[in-house]
Order: sequence, then C-alpha cells, then structure tokens
Amino acid sequence: MSDHSTDAAWFRDLDPGDPAAARDVIEHGSAEEPADWPAQAVDAGFADDEDDYYTLLHDATVNATREAVRERERADDQQLKYSIRAMDDTDRTANELAERVAEWAGALFDEAGTGVSGARDVAERDPDTDAEERVVSLATRVVDLADEATDLRAFVERTAPAVAPNLSRMAGPVLAARLIALAGGLGELAKKPSGTVQVLGAEDALFAHLAGRAPSPKHGVIYTHDYVRNTRPEDRGSAARALAGKLVIAARIDHYAGDLRDEIHEELDERMATIRARADE
Amino acid sequence: MTLPEGVERRAFDGRDRLATRGEPVYGEPTDGPWRLWDAGRSKLGATLELGLDTGLVGGESVLYLGAASGTTVSHVADFAGPTYAVEFAPRPARDLVAVADGRPNLFPLLKDARKPETYAHVVESELDVLVQDVATRGQARVAARNRQFLRDDGRLLAAIKARSEDVTRDPDAVFEDVLGELRDTYEILETARLDRYHDDHLAVVARPRSTD
Repeated sequence: MSDHSTDAAWFRDLDPGDPAAARDVIEHGSAEEPADWPAQAVDAGFADDEDDYYTLLHDATVNATREAVRERERADDQQLKYSIRAMDDTDRTANELAERVAEWAGALFDEAGTGVSGARDVAERDPDTDAEERVVSLATRVVDLADEATDLRAFVERTAPAVAPNLSRMAGPVLAARLIALAGGLGELAKKPSGTVQVLGAEDALFAHLAGRAPSPKHGVIYTHDYVRNTRPEDRGSAARALAGKLVIAARIDHYAGDLRDEIHEELDERMATIRARADE
Repeated sequence: MTLPEGVERRAFDGRDRLATRGEPVYGEPTDGPWRLWDAGRSKLGATLELGLDTGLVGGESVLYLGAASGTTVSHVADFAGPTYAVEFAPRPARDLVAVADGRPNLFPLLKDARKPETYAHVVESELDVLVQDVATRGQARVAARNRQFLRDDGRLLAAIKARSEDVTRDPDAVFEDVLGELRDTYEILETARLDRYHDDHLAVVARPRSTD
C-alpha cells in the first residue's frame, strides 16, 4: 500500500483515548479508495492486533454515529420554525416599509417606483438634502430586509427536506415549514388530527364558525398548495381534506421513521386525479 | 441450497422459519438463543427464504448499504464477521446505533451510500459481501460506486426497488434497465422477484466483472 492511502485512514494521528477526535474524523474525513485498514492499523501501532482494531472501530463508530444522529436531529424542526417565522416577518416588514419609502420618495423624486424594487432604486440614489438622506437610508434598510427574507427562504428550502423529507416533498419546503411552525414542531404536527391540519392558519375563521357566526373554513395555509388552489371551488373542500390527510401521514412518517416513502405520494396523486376528474363529468 | 452457518430453519408457531442467534432487537419471537428472521420484514431474509444461491457461508466481511433501523443488519451481524452498516437518515440511524451497541462486529455509519469517498477512510477493502437495500433513484450507480470495497470474487446481494427508480413505469421494464446498467460493473448470477414478501422488488446476486 502506498503512503498516500495510509494518510487517509481514519485512525491516522488519532489518540485511541480521544472519542471527540475520532468522531470528527469519521464524520468529516474521506478517502479516494478503501484499503486494508485493519492490517495498516496494526502496522502503525494503533491497534495491538485485528481483534483489538475491531473493538476500537466498534466503539468509535457507535459513538460517532450516535453523536452525529443527535446533532442532526437537533438541527431541526425548531430551527425551521424560527426561520420560517422570521422569513414571514422580514417579508411583511420589508413590504410595509417599502410602501412608506414609495410614498415619501414620490414626494422628493420624479419616477420613484413602488414596492421593494422601487425601494431598491431609491437606495441607489445620491441624496442631496437631509430629507433625501433619510429616505435613501430607509430604503437601504428595506433592501437589507428583503435580502434577508431571500436568504431565510433559501435556508428553509435547504433545511425542510432534511427535517421532514416526506412532508417537504408533498407540500414543498416552505409550506411544510409553515405547517410545522403553526403546529409548534414536527412532533406536534404528527400528533394532530387531519381535520386540524386542514384548517391550520385559519383559526380566526374556525373560531368564528365555532361561535356560530360563519360557515366552517375549508382550508388554512394549505390553500397555497396547488392541489387546493387549482382545484375548482366546489371540489376544494374534498381536495383540502384529502391533502390534509396525507400531509399528516407524511408528518408522522417523518417524525417516527424518517425515510422517504413513495407510496403515500402516489396515493395522493391518484386521489387528486379522482377528485379533479369530477370537473369533467 | 444451504443456508450460511449461523442461520437455521427453526419452528415458530408450527412453521419452519429462518432464525439467527443474537440479542433480540425489535420484539421478534425467540426460541432459546435463536430469534426469528422475518422474511416479510427483510429483503435479504426473503432472498434466503426463496432459496437463491447467495454464496454466503457465514463469517463474511460485509458492507451493508441502506441499513435503516438495523432490522436485517442485526441478523447479518449475527452470522457474519465484520459488518459495516451505512444509513443516511438520522431517525432510523438512531435505532441502528442501539442495535450496533450490543454487537461488537457491527459498525454503524451515518453516511450517504451514493458518496463512498465519505466512508472509504473507515470501511476496509476486499470485503466478501456488499448488501444493498437503498430506496433511492440510481440503484445501479450506487452498486457500481461501491464495487471498490468488494474483493474480485465477492458478492453483491441487492434488493432493487422498482418504485424508487420510477413509480409510473412497469416494474419489469425498470428491472431490465437497472440490470442493464449493473452489467457494466457486475456479472449477474441470479435474480428473483421478491413479491411474495415485498411488492415490486427484485433480488439480485452478482459478482464484480473482472477488471482485466
């Protein structure tokens, strides 16, 4: 074996009594190709013999994997909950402030645009007066907030599939994150009945209904899902009910098992095809 | 065909079922030191139950891709030698760690089977058996990339899941494509549908193609 391959061995430079270092190299190390690691470990004096090597390997891999699992599970639904809420807050605030900027800038400049893109143009200007300086400065904050919202969205889209693979595939990462945030966590969402998930985000309408003042809401935030929004109005209740049922199953699989299952996605597609076929009758 | 040493048929509820000797892990029925290896929960168990010639004799060194919660791999570790278990999803890997904790020859790794360079510094070369049960698109590619861990006369024991490649196509057509791609790196020795135990799965026994 070449020296190069020994360089890559997980036990190279490792003190057998240092589990943290072992964990780090097992998790983050790499090699272009495998080699006869047990023999090399004995040659290098890392282990007394092959049996000793396997004992060390067992303890190191069990510990490394246990720690890695713990960490991955913690980088998790709570982070997703905070980030989606922060995304919505920054989005909303950026839009509100952009209106203020548009109103103000319209009084100072010709051809001032509206919305966040208008604020972007204002932020590029060179102010001449004190008032202009203030509005340009405010526009800069709007741009920063809008950019932060974009970054937060990218984070949500990256994190949601790792936290809840089935839910993210079914609902898309952003809606998946919203449902988790509304429920308070993935475990909480997994424990909800599907009728609750169907109206998550429509609490005002639901309580108005319970108080006898309104009809029951057909859907909450799941309205943003293509299967609800793009189903004709008279079938939307059925579509929302079917979707909510499968979303809860997806959340349960994600929380209790964690593997991606094609079957539930196929079942939902079939059910939706049936519901939408009613429009052709 | 003969079962590997350490795997026996034992009577459970009046039926002869596969069993291995080891610490129970998921509440499976036991008979003295033997515990039931349920072919309905294990694709490799089904492969043995259906009588495919896996070439397993017991005591092999094994790389197991797609170990999930460790149900099957716990039985493998009961009759095999050093057993490396790769699983990508954290939640099942948590259970896998618990299974490995009491089995000194089982080495769990939280890794992506599509990226062997991320575990080649831990998993040794010249292994006897590569067991593959990954529910991902590109199953033939996974087998090809992990060929490097196998000795030249080693065995690939794969359970190919048709739905992971394409849910809409006919499973037979999917299997044809996967086997076609597998033939670039492996010589297929035997295949069998596992439908009696697992819908739309194909068991494959193969050995690496000689590189010269």
